[in-house]
Amino acid sequence: MVELSSIKAGDSLPSFTTPPVSRLTLALYCGASGDHNPMHVDIDYARAGGSPDVFAHGMLSMGYLGRLLTNWVPQARIRDYGVRFTAITQVGEAITCSGSVTEVFEADGERRARLTLQTTNQNGQVKLAGDAVVAIS
Amino acid sequence: MSLDTKYIGHTFAPFSVDVEKGRLKFFAKAIGQTDPVYSDEAAARAAGHPALPVPPTFLFCLEMDAPNPGAIRDLLDLPVPKVLHGEQRFSYRGMAYAGDTLTFQQRIADIYAKKGGLLEFVVRETRVTNQRGEHIADLHGITVVRHG
Repeated sequence: MVELSSIKAGDSLPSFTTPPVSRLTLALYCGASGDHNPMHVDIDYARAGGSPDVFAHGMLSMGYLGRLLTNWVPQARIRDYGVRFTAITQVGEAITCSGSVTEVFEADGERRARLTLQTTNQNGQVKLAGDAVVAIS
Repeated sequence: MSLDTKYIGHTFAPFSVDVEKGRLKFFAKAIGQTDPVYSDEAAARAAGHPALPVPPTFLFCLEMDAPNPGAIRDLLDLPVPKVLHGEQRFSYRGMAYAGDTLTFQQRIADIYAKKGGLLEFVVRETRVTNQRGEHIADLHGITVVRHG
């Protein structure tokens, strides 16, 4: 966890990289999340629809990126967290979660930090582009 | 524009979902969450939580536990193979925990098109409250329909 009083614009959150996304990863996420869309787990269904393979749930990567936040501050401090799904995450890709502080500001009687967040694959391609606001006082 | 904008403002019947601790442990495993606060009740209590906390994105999963998770798709007659998740946002008002019963109130906030109708967007807003009527979060999701 970060020392809250020290947070300032420009700070980076400690990044991490997941193991490559496997079919098992997707099967586990399918069951645990309740998102049973066959596009993510059934290659026969995916091929019948014209896709070469299954691909990852966007919300799996949003879950990874949520870990970046809760590694950094207690979850109760997260005020807002959003992402745009800009590219599909494919089987075999290792996902790096990273973020930084863009500004520190005051709202609703507390100090808050605004963050920019992203997931990228091993080639640096951005998959999720996100932002968050966390309370720091 | 093939989606009917008359459904802007449509509200769905609210539904309630129980937060099960076993499901939270399974979800922690699925997203590679190794922080014991999310899978070990003793660690959660030591961190000041009354039970295992619902992690930031799991509210979206609970929303999919609706009696009919395809209610919006059915109402708008969305073509499933052309549908993508475009954006997702959570605004948090309080924490939720294993053992809670959460109520989801969904509303279609907007329907619009871009690129001459090649892309259509459905904006869904969901208010989440707990068994004490406390406001837990608002979810904001955008579904994209790709034509052509």
